[in-house]
Amino acid sequence: MIRLTRILFALALVGLLRLPAPALAADAPEADDYAKAVAGLASDNRQDLLASLETLARLADPRAQAPLGALADRRLKSDGAGHAIIVSKDGATAVDAVTGENYTGPLGALSDPPVNNLVRQHISAVISSLALASPDPEQRLAAARELADRPVESARAGLKKALAAETDDRVKSLLEQTLAQIDLKSPDKAARLAAIKAIGDSGNSDFLPALRQVVDRQDKSDLLNADGDIAEAAARAVSSLERRDLAVRAARDFFFGASLGSVLLLAALGLAITFGLMGVINMAHGEMLMIGAYVAYVVQEFFSSHFPNFADWYLPAAIPLAFAVTAAVGMLLERTIIRHLYGRPLETLLATWGISLVLIQTVRLIFGAQNVEVRNPAFLSGGFELVRGLTLTYNRIGIIVFVIFVVALTWLLLNRTPLGLSIRAVTQARSTAAAMGIFTSKVDMWTFGLGSGIAGLGGVALTQVGNVGPELGQSYIVDSFMVVVLGGVGKLAGTIFGALGLGFINKYLEPFSGAVLGKIIVLVLVVVFIQKRPQGIFALKGRTAE
Amino acid sequence: MAQNSTTLLTPAAWTAFGIAATVLVLVVPVLNLALPATSALHVPDYMIALMGKFLCYAMVALAIDLIWGFTGILSLGHGMFFALGGYAMGMYLMREIAGEGVYRSQLPDFMVFLDWKELPWYWHGFEHFWFAMLMVILAPGVFALVFGFFAFRSRIKGVYFSIITQAMTYAAMLLFFRNNTGFGGNNGLTDFKHILGFSLLESRTKVGLYAASALALAGTFLLCRFVTASKLGRVLTAIRDAESRVMFSGYDPLRYKLFVWTLSAVLCGIAGALYVPQVGIINPSEMHPGNSIEMAIWAAVGGRGTLVGPIIGAWLVNGAKSVFTVAFPDLWLYFLGAIFIATTLFLPDGVVGLGRLLSCRKKGRNRDRS
Repeated sequence: MIRLTRILFALALVGLLRLPAPALAADAPEADDYAKAVAGLASDNRQDLLASLETLARLADPRAQAPLGALADRRLKSDGAGHAIIVSKDGATAVDAVTGENYTGPLGALSDPPVNNLVRQHISAVISSLALASPDPEQRLAAARELADRPVESARAGLKKALAAETDDRVKSLLEQTLAQIDLKSPDKAARLAAIKAIGDSGNSDFLPALRQVVDRQDKSDLLNADGDIAEAAARAVSSLERRDLAVRAARDFFFGASLGSVLLLAALGLAITFGLMGVINMAHGEMLMIGAYVAYVVQEFFSSHFPNFADWYLPAAIPLAFAVTAAVGMLLERTIIRHLYGRPLETLLATWGISLVLIQTVRLIFGAQNVEVRNPAFLSGGFELVRGLTLTYNRIGIIVFVIFVVALTWLLLNRTPLGLSIRAVTQARSTAAAMGIFTSKVDMWTFGLGSGIAGLGGVALTQVGNVGPELGQSYIVDSFMVVVLGGVGKLAGTIFGALGLGFINKYLEPFSGAVLGKIIVLVLVVVFIQKRPQGIFALKGRTAE
Repeated sequence: MAQNSTTLLTPAAWTAFGIAATVLVLVVPVLNLALPATSALHVPDYMIALMGKFLCYAMVALAIDLIWGFTGILSLGHGMFFALGGYAMGMYLMREIAGEGVYRSQLPDFMVFLDWKELPWYWHGFEHFWFAMLMVILAPGVFALVFGFFAFRSRIKGVYFSIITQAMTYAAMLLFFRNNTGFGGNNGLTDFKHILGFSLLESRTKVGLYAASALALAGTFLLCRFVTASKLGRVLTAIRDAESRVMFSGYDPLRYKLFVWTLSAVLCGIAGALYVPQVGIINPSEMHPGNSIEMAIWAAVGGRGTLVGPIIGAWLVNGAKSVFTVAFPDLWLYFLGAIFIATTLFLPDGVVGLGRLLSCRKKGRNRDRS
């Protein structure tokens, strides 16, 4: 990582040194041209104005930025004697645009050059192409983006020049594309072929509509469109772009599937553990997610009011707190209500639903029915572009990492601690475990706490990717039940496979069938699946007849 | 639990049933129509509408009692069957007003709005009342039959079955929410004007619908009583209490479960069909999983496996809802949640069970005294 930054830094330095310095090296005729062109900006003839703009673009003299900016702001005026005058922002003073001398005449006598929308477009194109000479690569990138949005023929010369001097890869590829976009309409066949090739190589699917137009030869007025070579090249470029697009989309679906699967896993993990152990489906499990999310919100508010300098640290602080709060709520519920319903799973279902209603309404009364805002901390906002069209956002990567952490922790807890041993024993054979001296009711309580706590962790994670509102849990409850049904109970691996499987299936179906139909198909698949394996993917082997 | 005699009802029960049915079917409508609005005994129109709704809910509660109270299968998806019946009726009502909508088109308004040119194939036939009524029975019935066959065949039971039915109604809700499904999407079907030529705005029609609901409820009650008092009912109760033993005794639980599951779904569909013209709208939110769970609690509050209990439960819970959501809207969910928790913890046999318990104690005390 450090080496990479160092290399980038070195590259940027080289770029700085190689930048041309036209102001110092300019020879006499060019300086003359520059003065003339700047003066021409104040011309009352629109044609002259446009010609001056073109000259400035060709010269690529950074000094032109001030008069151009003033022109765009309507602060560049004509004194009627062929001089361009820049009025200061407060409108009190004015200077000559070329010499920089103070203008002493009456400001009220100055006239405006005839700037209309067409001229404005050209002004911003020239400003952008000037900005391409900026030593700051970020500024050049911004300028290149601006140009790519509005490819204007007049910017072509400036673009070529900037491209030759450009060192930053991102800016370079943007410039190449912009050029190609301009050349795609060029009257010269060779230039057009080159443009098509460049577009095909760029892998930017934004060009697909323009290319398809060339393939379809829709524009009858353009004679070159009838040319077979060009159509063929365009068709080749289209198919290569489409192939690439497909690959990128598959990768993107994989990423989003993994992140959705992780969210489902966080929502369902605790549920699977409590269900496996006690045969109790906790309908209030979704509300544990919701409480975890609200803990994150409260901690965030606390941090931003008490430690505004460490506001971003609310997230690490919220994680243990959310676990503790939800685990406590879960244990409380187990002791007061659920304990009395063992052996009556259907009643438990209804009672926990009642609990969830109470919890939802409580949160609604405290925090209001509206969604609350939980911000991404700086280290989780934004993302990086892996390849064009595939941006991996940090918050989703963060969730995937977090879920690995939580699963690892749960695995350790279940397999490497005395509590985990008891939990597994009670899950497999409750009465035998009790006979061996395990306090099953204590184990139940701790397990319920553990399951709820994991849900609380999930809630914290959810704040980073979705809305936080009182109904947060409701939207995950059906999905997490499906994970449990699919994965079977009592095995961590089943839940992991179930959650990731559902996540991937959902995301891969979405483009073909739409989000809603995709969900329905998934539900049908789950019902069909449990025809074959009623106990889920990984069934515990036991001797029960049920 | 219920009377174990194989006769339909005891003479005393027949009398009680007769009185209740007469009051609901005859007396209430007469009090509404014949008495002037100023009279103290006058039943106002809004009461008729409210009671009509409650009667439909009571039918649903009966249907749930059949499957849950007697067979031990908790369905969390009955809201979907209710809505299917409702949609079938709604489709008839939409077709009935063809040409009278906002756009004066032969198509329902929402289709004009979506720029559809012709009726989708599954809307054909709904212009006939008989066809719509057939669909009220067939749509939930056939769906329940197919779903139940696959679910019961692979011996999905207990909470698994409950979860799957919840997913079922959730999926159906999502499906009906889509505009392209062709049932009006978000808004559902509404703006009904008349049924069989009678204007839905007139109080006579409203009373007629109310009386039809009351009759349907009475019929449903007798049917459920007939089913549960028969030998079939005995097998169902046996399945509830020990399914494996039933199987080992040579019975095939699949058929029995499938029958009662389908019957329950059909009853729910009929209730939905009666409900829609009275409230004037049917939309996908009826299929929200929360609604179906609420339906189950009606049966639980009244007392499972008693048939009378669920009817009382549906009236109690919905009556409380009508009062609470107006008087203390913030507290309604607390109250509902408390009902869920209290019923499951303290009243496993519901209100009816409580009544029995109290009367037993009284008798015991009297015996002690004498």
